[in-house]
Amino acid sequence: MTSAVHAVVAPKIGARNVSKHYPTADGVMVALEDFSLDVADGEFVCIVGPSGCGKSTFLRMVAGLESISQGAIEIRPGADANKPLNSVVFQEYAIFPWKTLADNVAFGLQMRGIGRKERLDTARFWLDRVGLSKFADYYPHQISGGMKQRVSIVRALANDPEVLLMDEPLGALDAQTRVVIQEELLRIWEETRKTVLYITHSLDEAVLLGDRVILMSAQPGRHLATFRIDLPRPRSIATTNLPAFAEYRAAIWEKLSAEVTRAMEARP
Amino acid sequence: MTVTSANETEMGRETAARATGGSNDKRALVLLIAGGLAAHALLAVLGLWRDFAWPAIGLSFTLLVLIGERAGRIVPVRGRGIYERTLAFGFPALVLLVWQLAGDYGLLNTTWFPQPSRIAAGLWDLTVRYDRFSGTSLLGRPWLIPEVYAADGMAGVWKLLSESHLLATVGRVLGGFLLGAVPGVLLGVVMGMNQTVRLMLDTTLSAIYVLPKIAIFPIVMLMFADPFGEAPKIVVVALAVFILMAINTMAGVRGIDKVYLMAGRNYGARGWSMLRHVILPGAMPVIFAGLRIALGTAMIVIISVEFVRAKQGVGYITFYYWEVLNPEKMYAGLVVVMALGVLLTYGLQWLQRRLMPWQR
Repeated sequence: MTSAVHAVVAPKIGARNVSKHYPTADGVMVALEDFSLDVADGEFVCIVGPSGCGKSTFLRMVAGLESISQGAIEIRPGADANKPLNSVVFQEYAIFPWKTLADNVAFGLQMRGIGRKERLDTARFWLDRVGLSKFADYYPHQISGGMKQRVSIVRALANDPEVLLMDEPLGALDAQTRVVIQEELLRIWEETRKTVLYITHSLDEAVLLGDRVILMSAQPGRHLATFRIDLPRPRSIATTNLPAFAEYRAAIWEKLSAEVTRAMEARP
Repeated sequence: MTVTSANETEMGRETAARATGGSNDKRALVLLIAGGLAAHALLAVLGLWRDFAWPAIGLSFTLLVLIGERAGRIVPVRGRGIYERTLAFGFPALVLLVWQLAGDYGLLNTTWFPQPSRIAAGLWDLTVRYDRFSGTSLLGRPWLIPEVYAADGMAGVWKLLSESHLLATVGRVLGGFLLGAVPGVLLGVVMGMNQTVRLMLDTTLSAIYVLPKIAIFPIVMLMFADPFGEAPKIVVVALAVFILMAINTMAGVRGIDKVYLMAGRNYGARGWSMLRHVILPGAMPVIFAGLRIALGTAMIVIISVEFVRAKQGVGYITFYYWEVLNPEKMYAGLVVVMALGVLLTYGLQWLQRRLMPWQR
């Protein structure tokens, strides 16, 4: 069924033969080479690859935060022209230390000129969804890393973008907090069905969250393989116990491990 | 069960050890105080105290540090605040006392180093005096305000306050500070964000920064129709503050984590909203550190300008009373400068707490 939708409707995110070069003192460094990717509306796509494969660079290019050396990336606008095309959840949280949690979550709305009362109501609604409404008037330095990343996630969701771009959002968290936020992410995604592009280096996370997992090669970043994850939705942490989950993970790891070894040997 | 009892004995032993430690500290404290007093008494009995007064005072300072340390160890947690305040305010008070006594007993030449009591008297005299010849007073005789207001209204009050040395200096400092800080911060932001502007101006600013502003005061005077008026004095302060704030703000803006700029952009901040919501708050801690230094610089510049080229101001009276060989009042002028510095710094800290609530 999903593939039928693919064929008829244009993709939500379309990236065609995208490359990224940096000029350096010893010549041109190629971070990403000839990378193409289509993400369907409402699809959750995870990109996995060894460190330095240019996956974060690609996400920033999709977000318009980094210039594109070659190729083209397009995000198809929705029916509502006022909605922002994308919102990024950064690995380093990047919630502003100088704003309260409520003001942080309301930031995107404020920048779009939405009135104070309405945007703070929206912020409170979203903070409540991740159990942080008590802390609405706190400043980021008063809360833990896991809480900060929740704020960062709902800041993006409150902005109600066409696509959600997540750049290793759980990379800096401890294992327990990670699992808790993964479950929250699954629950919220189930309710909103946003189009998500999700960068991670955790295989488990990619298989647990994604409809598709894209594997990238090490420097220069290229498309290596695509895995369709047909695990039943709604998923939860219990999904990781399914035999199929282990099979997917093993299959992806087989491809990835060869790539990681190659990447490590290539480095001086 | 066994584990618990073992723990208890352990804890008991530790408490005992700590108790002995406490009584050791007490004994040491008594010995240190007694030793210090005995040393002074011995010198006095031998009739040598006067000859060895300065080394004795120096050694007493070392003893005092040791006594303070021991006392700190036996102060209970609840008394900590009082202990710290006693050290912070008690020590300067003690220094003033020693200075006073050293003057009273002829250890200091009181012609040039008058005792604090005489400086205080000089300050009082300066406060209540109205100099008929120059038509000035230190504070502008605020006690006359009701009277003058009844007679001449606001114009009278204004005339009264305009005779004040203190207000003249405060006006120049604050005027120059605002006139320099606002454009300085703005230029710093531009230099922080734009590499071309930074490359063009950085070297020039560094060169002007190290110039003593008093050295370019004559040039600044020539820029104005009335070289002896207020404008050049305010502008030279503004110039010093401007350069410092531009350099500081630039450093602050460049120090903002790139990810905040990316987040700001991604969530739709552009131009003014970027400045207002991301760049200024992000650079704010460094800007305030800069403002504090700039305040000190502004004081240095205005006092030295008033030394050489003014008929009014705290710097002017300080230098004037040195020239007429009245050191009490010269010191009084310095006291006013220090008090002014402390007050302005408090004002800045208040502003900082208001503008940066996220830093507690």
